[in-house]
Amino acid sequence: MLPTGVLGVFADAAAVPFVAFPFEPRYVLSIVFVSLYVSVTAVVLSTLASVPLAIAVGFADFRGKRLVTSIINTGMGFPSVVVGLLVLVTLSNSGPLGHLELVFTKKAMIISQFVLATPPITGITLAAVTGVREDVRDAAFALGGTRTDVALTVVKQARYGIATAVLAGFGRAISEVGSVLIVGGNIAGAGGVSKTRTLTTAIRLEARQGRYELALVLGAVLVAVVLAVNAVVVRLGDSKTWTGGGLR
Amino acid sequence: MPIQRRKFLATAGTAAAAGLAGCSSVLGSDSGDTGVAGETLTLTTTTSTYDTGLLDALNRPFQKRYGVTVDAVAQGTGAALETARNGDSDVVMVHARSLEDEFMRQGYGVNRRDLMFNDFVVVGPESDPAGVAGSDSATGAFAAIAESGSTFVSRGDNSGTHTKEKVVWEEAGVEPGGNWYREAGAGMGDVLNQASESRAYTLADRGTFLSMQTRIDLSILVQGPIEGGPELLSNPYGIIAVNPAVHENVNYDLAMAYIGYVTSPEGQEVIDDYTANGQQLFFPRALSEDPDFQQYVPEGWRSEADDS
Repeated sequence: MLPTGVLGVFADAAAVPFVAFPFEPRYVLSIVFVSLYVSVTAVVLSTLASVPLAIAVGFADFRGKRLVTSIINTGMGFPSVVVGLLVLVTLSNSGPLGHLELVFTKKAMIISQFVLATPPITGITLAAVTGVREDVRDAAFALGGTRTDVALTVVKQARYGIATAVLAGFGRAISEVGSVLIVGGNIAGAGGVSKTRTLTTAIRLEARQGRYELALVLGAVLVAVVLAVNAVVVRLGDSKTWTGGGLR
Repeated sequence: MPIQRRKFLATAGTAAAAGLAGCSSVLGSDSGDTGVAGETLTLTTTTSTYDTGLLDALNRPFQKRYGVTVDAVAQGTGAALETARNGDSDVVMVHARSLEDEFMRQGYGVNRRDLMFNDFVVVGPESDPAGVAGSDSATGAFAAIAESGSTFVSRGDNSGTHTKEKVVWEEAGVEPGGNWYREAGAGMGDVLNQASESRAYTLADRGTFLSMQTRIDLSILVQGPIEGGPELLSNPYGIIAVNPAVHENVNYDLAMAYIGYVTSPEGQEVIDDYTANGQQLFFPRALSEDPDFQQYVPEGWRSEADDS
């Protein structure tokens, strides 16, 4: 998928001030697209599930709350390779959901990243929600707020924490290589367009072949992408018109 | 055996499935996966065919002619066959006859064909502490490496190369182990990098070695049969369709079209013409004067009709 002589181009380019990009732009763009498509979709879905869950757990008072909290926190350290294997075993043609034929597709990658991103998003949101002062809740209630109003007020107060939670989940999703490699297969078409190849698995592929410089170039692209996404999310969190409903 | 395996997978997967219930329906359409034209063939193969760039050259004309997509997943031979056993690929291109035969005997594969060959080479540092350079015996070289306690990096990943390495140790009468023997559990490229970094010996397929030669500090110390070395280091590749009677949703038609193409004069010519750093990496083997029945069946297999 890489033109031969890529290394030569890179070495020549190093001698001149402007470094020529050592990849086909179409190839890298398709990889960036797959990375973002998979991670952003997984994180958005996970946020839609995690934030209500965290608020429910945070507001409720029940026996075993600590246990639930520590299960969520343990999930943050769950190895991505194990998640990948569990998803593979589930989606495999010989597994319970085999008829869906999802192995080596982006959907399978989204599922595994959903599983990976949910514990950090839930855990950090839970901490943020719990950290909102009691009197804020009481005030919202005293001003005649319904349960929903109280919840929205708390979410609004905790929005920086929730934004951090989403970014932590996104960071985990976009930087992991173990599960997407297993369930996605690191596939790029013969035309040089990624199907399930992400930035992380592409870096892995270059490193495996001893092309460390190329791997590092892709690493820089990955950092730039993460930086851009962080900027967007922080911006959303900071926005004055922020009303509590549209955090992505 | 297949039935038990399915049961195990089903049980193991149910827990995970419960956690994901309803998830897939929310995901919506996956625009990138519904290709432009026609169907998709999933091929699991070894890192050597992929990393050398051969597959790319081989698949492009096929995709063009049939208007299909070939999804090539590069794994080791062991993993590639395992993926096929689970019905997650349609065709496998691998290089370990003993593992291929096992796969065939278990009924997962049909219509095996010989595809191409190259050979394995023993590579190591220029300084050659075990003094194996120029040896015409792979077993002798392995014994010398073990004797001198020089570092040897093993794939350790149940790949075709790992399978061959184990055969060579066995024939050399050496039980590898100890500080000098490192199991990397990684692909060929990783192992070559690692051996280069730690001035170690390893067994490599010639194709991957040649394609990486300029980036690593290792040289060929014992040649394979292509350059007059021992036959023990031969490296034949086979291609097998996944049995549609075992996994009914595999794309058998496209798998057979692919096997037909890669073993045709056209596909064999692509293999013959493919070079890296000016050297030929793979040699076609599918076309021969004499029909070779043995390529379709596990080695040594005889039909019952022959017995009577």
